[in-house]
Amino acid sequence: MRTGKVKAIVSNLVIVSADETVMQNEICMIRLGQIFLKAEVIKVVGKDAYVQAFESTRGLKVGDEAVFQGHLLEADLGPGILTKKYDGLQNDLDKIETIFLTRGTYTDALDKDSEWDFTPITKIAETVRAGSWIGEVKEKNIPHKIMVPFLLEGEYTVKKVAEKGRYKITDTVAVIADKDGNETAVTMVQKWPVIRPLKGYKEKVRPYKLLETGIRIIDMMNPLAEGGTGFIPGPFGSGKTVLQHAIARQAKADVVVMIACGERANEIVEIFTEFPQLDDPQTGGKLIDRTVIIANTSNMPVASREASVYTGMTIAEYYRAMGLKVLVLADSTSRWAQALREMSNRMEELPGPDAFPMDLPAVVSGFYARAGQVKLVNDAEGSITFIGTVSPAGGNLKEPVTEATKKAAHSFYALSQQRADSKRYPAIDAIESYSKFLDYPELIGYMQQTISQNWKAEVVKMKDRLFKGHEAMEQINILGDDNVPLDYHEKFWKSELIDFVILQQDAFDAVDGFTALDRLKYMQEKVAEICETSFRFSDYEEIGGYFRAIINIWKQINYSLFQSEEFKGFNRQLDELLNQRKKTNESVPV
Amino acid sequence: MKASLFKKIHTKVIHLTKATCTLEATGVGYEEMAIVDGKAAQVVKIAGKQVTLQVFEGTEGIRTDAEVVFLGTAPTLKVSEELGGRFFDAYGDPIDGKYAPAGKAVETGGPALNPVRRKQPFDMIKTGIAGIDLNNTLVAGQKIPFFADSDQPYNAVIALVALRANADRIILGGIGLSNDDYLYFRSLFANTDRPEKIIGFINTTESPAVERLLIPDMALAAAEYFAIEKNEKVLVLLTDMTLYCDALSIVSNRMDQIPSKDSMPGSLYSDLAKIYEKSLQLPSGGSITIISVTTISEGDITHAIPDNTGYITEGQLFLRRDTEIGKVIIDPFRSLSRLKQLVIGKKTREDHPQVMNAAIRLYADAANAKTKLENGFDLSDYDKRTLAFAKQYAQKLLAIDVNIDITRMLDISWGLFRKHFQPEELGIREKYIEAYWEKATEPEGEDDVLTDENVMLADTSFKQRNKIAPKWQ
Repeated sequence: MRTGKVKAIVSNLVIVSADETVMQNEICMIRLGQIFLKAEVIKVVGKDAYVQAFESTRGLKVGDEAVFQGHLLEADLGPGILTKKYDGLQNDLDKIETIFLTRGTYTDALDKDSEWDFTPITKIAETVRAGSWIGEVKEKNIPHKIMVPFLLEGEYTVKKVAEKGRYKITDTVAVIADKDGNETAVTMVQKWPVIRPLKGYKEKVRPYKLLETGIRIIDMMNPLAEGGTGFIPGPFGSGKTVLQHAIARQAKADVVVMIACGERANEIVEIFTEFPQLDDPQTGGKLIDRTVIIANTSNMPVASREASVYTGMTIAEYYRAMGLKVLVLADSTSRWAQALREMSNRMEELPGPDAFPMDLPAVVSGFYARAGQVKLVNDAEGSITFIGTVSPAGGNLKEPVTEATKKAAHSFYALSQQRADSKRYPAIDAIESYSKFLDYPELIGYMQQTISQNWKAEVVKMKDRLFKGHEAMEQINILGDDNVPLDYHEKFWKSELIDFVILQQDAFDAVDGFTALDRLKYMQEKVAEICETSFRFSDYEEIGGYFRAIINIWKQINYSLFQSEEFKGFNRQLDELLNQRKKTNESVPV
Repeated sequence: MKASLFKKIHTKVIHLTKATCTLEATGVGYEEMAIVDGKAAQVVKIAGKQVTLQVFEGTEGIRTDAEVVFLGTAPTLKVSEELGGRFFDAYGDPIDGKYAPAGKAVETGGPALNPVRRKQPFDMIKTGIAGIDLNNTLVAGQKIPFFADSDQPYNAVIALVALRANADRIILGGIGLSNDDYLYFRSLFANTDRPEKIIGFINTTESPAVERLLIPDMALAAAEYFAIEKNEKVLVLLTDMTLYCDALSIVSNRMDQIPSKDSMPGSLYSDLAKIYEKSLQLPSGGSITIISVTTISEGDITHAIPDNTGYITEGQLFLRRDTEIGKVIIDPFRSLSRLKQLVIGKKTREDHPQVMNAAIRLYADAANAKTKLENGFDLSDYDKRTLAFAKQYAQKLLAIDVNIDITRMLDISWGLFRKHFQPEELGIREKYIEAYWEKATEPEGEDDVLTDENVMLADTSFKQRNKIAPKWQ
């Protein structure tokens, strides 16, 4: 047992004078009276190990003992993770009985006594390697694969496999041997150091499939591909959390990992409360069945914020290795960056921009790179799609965390204060935002097949119309309604139509909140048809009135079930309004 | 703060700054309290034998051979029912000239609540103010600040909200309160139905700035006692949190920390989150709601203090003077209550969300029309109607002296819609139009209501003290 003694304390930075060797990022436990505080080595100078405590250091004294654990911060991986609510260090919060999270309380991540119906996949004498599927248990609605431990290197031969039956996670379900005949027992649980990417796949492939979210401004205008990465920066009050929750509820993924990193506790409580009630349309189960929550709320110790994002990503990588589509949402990566800044400051490192550590961009991009679409050792596919939110200080997108993230992510959903102020939700700015997937031939091909042949062309046209409408509005504001050609008003109102009908969406409405692809196609075509029509209005007040009426009917359509009687009724009203206008058009000389 | 007997006395101070003192000592716990030459202090750094203390009252007059006694605990508060109706200083010592209450000593600034032991907030707080109840509905267990410029009557407004909010307990955390405002709160709260309902932890501008750092933790330790052990609905008022942040920056500066944005410490977000996240709703019924004041400069919310606050709290309320009606309103554009979705249309009438949004959108259209007018452009008929609507909307609903029930607020909104618009201009779901449009009637009279609180808010002596006279005319 390697030990050390506490030498200095500033907030959660503790300097431990080590008696023997120490390892960078090694976990150590510091004794404080009857309890132990978990801490991680982050810097070593001579015999002094600088450790960041994951708990409050109140009452800690010089001379208190520390015990080094010989391993990095690890996650426990095995069946039973789904529906769990963990803190950043993967303590199962439900197992902590008390109202308060008292220091030094650590609970098992998995349920040691639970039993699982195991079905073998591999056979004796088969060659396996890290990540090979040995067997399967049913975890909620997911076929949870039991895999050869990822820490093993090289090829192994299967010596024994357990028969179909009920086993505990710590029971041996297979025995494998390396080429020298050294045997390793495989159980249903394994450990992985969270800071290292858990690979377990053969190769990464380019993303090509749409990750459907049901959110129109994302799916149609700025699509996110399975295995892609996106980020949502926005000032407070611009609807980041509502948007993230909508994505968590609606996205067509097999497993959703929600990481609340330094955010509000009530937002997590909302998920605890609502997800067990909501149906998962894909499996018929409940939404909570496919969800894991890492709740490291803003009042929990700062150091475990960093741990929380790595723990969440490691769990996602584990499920990806089973050939599943995993979605990871982290809210907010800025809080993690701030935690890094606090620590860097306490260690008196030379600061980078805005006092953030110099290696921030590298840390962020290394983390985003853990997402991706992969081909597994058995050629099955799995993916991790990652969406992070960023909380830019003062809403300024030129700050270091936003800039670092911009370099790392595929798509960018800028939330606009102005749109939020005028209650145009989701407040994603369609002009500022982008998705690099719009230029991926793989994804375009997929969208042309699943939505329509004209999909890409229509998206480009629509973005164009929004831009022109915005320009027209500026001209109108500068010159006045009367002093611009009528054409400007028409352009402006057509962009308003796209805005109100397609971009704006009521996340709290059961029907409008989710738009399936067939409905999206209908909307795209119908709105395009109206925008293509050239109207011959006599004055600008007429234009505004006419478009307000169209938008009002569209709102009713958006609130009606697709192809229901109600829907068809409003659709007829819309057609009438359009036909009337076409007749008027014909009577007006060009 | 008094030292208990039989503690070791240290007398070797080796370093003094305005706010900190360093001495040689062993066996000292991190964050432990101490008495330096009779002044309260707390351990903020230990490096080998050198212990650095933050001296709350400042270090003037401290000698290098001053007596330092360590108390063996972090800051504590004695909690019991006896706290009710009393006023204390930042150390929890009485300032109302009465006895020191007995009770169980608890450490302040304690650990975080286990998120799985919380309940989702559900209990609406009614204030009668439409800018809150209609547009930014508050829920017990919420944390929300008023972002106000220094010349705005924020203390009068939070007092009004607190008194109307039907709480079991109101705990005032006065952080750098002017003595006049402290006396105002005291005299106002003296007239409540149950005097024991009120508790105050007060640091006025006359007391040392660094002492302010203790106030929120004290107030919230008391709040946790009443909410968790007594299942009470507790409302905590913290005013002014900007002064708390200023005190943080003083200390971090003295500790030679590298400042981040706006000279604030890099840990500002975490420091504030530790306070605001003490708001809670428990399954047992107890709750802590935090309403705070963050003063800002000329409406600038990009400054680090309001910015970090906004990311932590569940919304924010802005006060603004509406020049059309000459009254203070709760700004419908910038204000937000994040928890309102949990109650509106569920605990209130079904049409609430849509009516609220439609009215705000029309009010925004009016703001655009006003810009056009100011730029010398002609107004369309629609523009003129939105302007007429906006004025009445501000007068009958947004003005802070309105005190009516939510259903009445919705009826008034429908009345205004019908008076100025056609149904298709509202963008409201047809089923609500069918249900409410025909029934809507024009709201009567100019001045709907005049209540005791309005009179209180308009109290002349208070107006003069705070130089807010023009706002309440």
